[in-house]
Amino acid sequence: MQAVRVEARNIQLAYGTTPVLRDITLAIEPGEFFAILGPSGSGKSTLLRLIAGFNRHQAGELLVGGKDVTGIVPWKRNVGMVFQNYALWPHMTVARNVAFGLEERRLPRDEIRRRTEAALELVGLAGYGDRRPGQLSGGQQQRVALARTLAIEPQVLLLDEPLSNLDARLRLQMRQELLALHRRLGLTTIFVTHDQEEAMTICDRIAVMDHGVIQQVGTPVELFDEPANRFVAGFVGSVNLFEGELRAGDLFVSPTLGECRLPAGLAARPPGPACLAFRPHAVRLDAAGAGGGDGLGFDGTIAAAAFQGDSVRYEVRVAGASVIVEQPHRRRDIGWREGTAVRLRIASDELRLIAA
Amino acid sequence: MILVAVALAIAAFLAVFLAAPVASVFHAAFASGAGGFTLAHFESFLQISLMRESFWNSLWVAGLSVVFASLIAVPLAYFTVRFRFRGALLIQTLGVLPLIMPPFVGAVAMQLLFGRSGSVNLLLNDAFGFAIPFMDGLNGVIFVESLHYFPFILLNLVVSLRNIDGAMEESAQNLGASGWRLFRRIIFPLALPGYVAGASLVFVKVFDDLGTPLVLGTTNMLAPQAYLRITSVGIEDPIGYVISVVMVTFSVAALWASARLLKGRDFATLQRGGTSLQRRELSPGQQIAAYGWVGLVLLLVLSPHLGILLMSLSRVWSFSVLPEGFTLAHYATVFAQSKGMIVNTLVYCGAAALIDVVLGAAIAYLILRTRLPGRQLLDLAASSALAIPGVVLAIGYLRAFRGLELPFMQTAFTASALALVMAYAVRRLPYALRSCMAVLAQLHVSLEEAAENLGASKARTVRRIVVPLMAGGILAGFVTSFITAAVELSATIVLSSSASQAPMSYGIYLYMQSIAGRGPGAALGVIAVVIVGVGTYASHWLLERRSAPLARPIA
Repeated sequence: MQAVRVEARNIQLAYGTTPVLRDITLAIEPGEFFAILGPSGSGKSTLLRLIAGFNRHQAGELLVGGKDVTGIVPWKRNVGMVFQNYALWPHMTVARNVAFGLEERRLPRDEIRRRTEAALELVGLAGYGDRRPGQLSGGQQQRVALARTLAIEPQVLLLDEPLSNLDARLRLQMRQELLALHRRLGLTTIFVTHDQEEAMTICDRIAVMDHGVIQQVGTPVELFDEPANRFVAGFVGSVNLFEGELRAGDLFVSPTLGECRLPAGLAARPPGPACLAFRPHAVRLDAAGAGGGDGLGFDGTIAAAAFQGDSVRYEVRVAGASVIVEQPHRRRDIGWREGTAVRLRIASDELRLIAA
Repeated sequence: MILVAVALAIAAFLAVFLAAPVASVFHAAFASGAGGFTLAHFESFLQISLMRESFWNSLWVAGLSVVFASLIAVPLAYFTVRFRFRGALLIQTLGVLPLIMPPFVGAVAMQLLFGRSGSVNLLLNDAFGFAIPFMDGLNGVIFVESLHYFPFILLNLVVSLRNIDGAMEESAQNLGASGWRLFRRIIFPLALPGYVAGASLVFVKVFDDLGTPLVLGTTNMLAPQAYLRITSVGIEDPIGYVISVVMVTFSVAALWASARLLKGRDFATLQRGGTSLQRRELSPGQQIAAYGWVGLVLLLVLSPHLGILLMSLSRVWSFSVLPEGFTLAHYATVFAQSKGMIVNTLVYCGAAALIDVVLGAAIAYLILRTRLPGRQLLDLAASSALAIPGVVLAIGYLRAFRGLELPFMQTAFTASALALVMAYAVRRLPYALRSCMAVLAQLHVSLEEAAENLGASKARTVRRIVVPLMAGGILAGFVTSFITAAVELSATIVLSSSASQAPMSYGIYLYMQSIAGRGPGAALGVIAVVIVGVGTYASHWLLERRSAPLARPIA
């Protein structure tokens, strides 16, 4: 099967007078595993349902495989969707559920049986056909929903928060299985989630959405290392973010952090309001008085320490600001006590200046 | 210990006023003259051609009533839940109206409107030169019963449809289903439990109904035959009991079959925070068709009400499209002659409803809050009253309590109002019980545990926490029991011995026996409808005020 490209061009959608999608432009390449990431209410599910045909946009174009699908009813789109709550029909057996779409396509009986079995086999549920959805565990129901959707050999696979109803361990396992399945089938897959870790670990590229606007599109590393704005910086991973003003001569003045001179080349922008950002794990902690190194240095005091197993998370007071610092934990390392005076250092590479 | 005493008291009540009478009916049907077991009575039942005919007629009428009730209810339910429909709520409310009028009251009015020389056929004859036999023989019973009972299907189906998760439908569309196939393969099967619950209820109610066939003069059915046998041939005639056994068997079988069909099929797929089926827009053409059809159905449904109102106000009304003059005289007659009956209805039904809520609340508490062994049996026993036709219960009273005199009163129990009250109480107990169970099930146990934690004993917790919190459900149960008892005719006809101690339903039936009595009968009917209507509204209001979160299917 040929993987297809999904493209949105300047899509606008409103419920009544409430805009939900604002000028969405996005291209998802054939065979890509693509995540739409955003908090609830960001419009990500609306966008997914738009692709499935359950919503209608008021302006713009939506292309699947190069064809404008606007106005095509959901049952003619051949865009498979796995619903958040799986939506397995309780009055049908697992096999009947999986066969449903094939029956709707009026395929010959033996082909239906063959493809139903193949789909169940694909998700590791061969032999479960005669059970009822209610007799399956959450993870198994998820697989049935997947099998039901894959059985029709859709052009595009849409996954609506597929892992949110599973417990933590199962979620990790299903994540790997989804990834493996995608590698095998090479299907253009669009995955909606509010969990940035989930999106980053399995998707090729991610679109971050907020308030109906696409904030940034990129690979997980791009989003993490080069967030386009405050929202992306804060939503993808955790971040220390300080508002302030950039003045002439690379001087950054923050009401909380105080004044600091930025490393040369970082402030490639005209003076004005800006935000200084760096990740908690990018901060090095040393005993007070330690000097040297490039980048930025601050004096601070450990205000709180939280042991997290593989790392320790410190809250450090620096002038009027509070900086979050994460240090990897090594065996027998007792870390820094609360109240200890420390020296913070952030390498130039780890510093980012973001539009305010 | 108190719990055991309460449970035993309830069990004793059910044993005396439900189990014993029904058992005596079964005994009479199977006992030979010498006291041994015999099937001879059944053989003679089968040899009487009128009995065979009555049996098939009852099945035919009940079956076709389900079909016609479904034809009215299924599209009404689907359209109003499914499409953006102006006045959907109004339609659903109006659709329930038939339930507040006893079917036998409407039956006479229906004859005037749809009978051979009724308004509709007069108009048809004038315009097209033909008439439709809506009301001839069994047709009339089917017509009246399906118009009366379709709300049972409507209400249950609407609840079922509303509980379908929208994703159920969307996933089917996503896989390629639409239109009729989507309805047939996904929507209707998911709503099937509601439909089956409603349809089986309609079947049982129609199969057991005595009033409507009697008022329409259609006596070749089982319930009228049982009544006629016992009242005219006599209390010793075994055929009456055989008929009763047949009726109970079919009622139980119908309810059992529907329960079996529904076993393990709780398809309420709507999850917390999920969205139900999305409403769709109708095109202008579809709108005209839908509104036209709905309007026609509503007109039909409301015709008994309009007819009875016209009758109660008309001077003379026969062989004409509309009455030939209006008067309030019938109401004056009713108030002069039958004030006692109105009072009797209020007293009997009030007493029966009181018994019901006390028993219902107690049983609900025993089942949901205690681990008393055998507590489920109480629920089963109380609910089984649903499957006992009113005629059969009343006949059982006549049989089981014959010769029993009330102390200090010198009257036979079966001739006293007490028998009526008990029969009403037993028959309506399931309604009150459901109501009480529903509210109690929604009360979190922690509310009671908190009271106990603060030092309240079980009894005080029940009094200060449980009962006040259940008040809405108890009141709703009271009203439901009361209004359904007020329109009960089957047991009433059998157990009413004199006009002075009879309730309104019997009065209406008496009046309707003669042409001259139709006006006052209709007037009494209107009064009954008003009482029941006010009661229904009150129970709705009480439930709404208690903000009971879930719509509860009627059963």
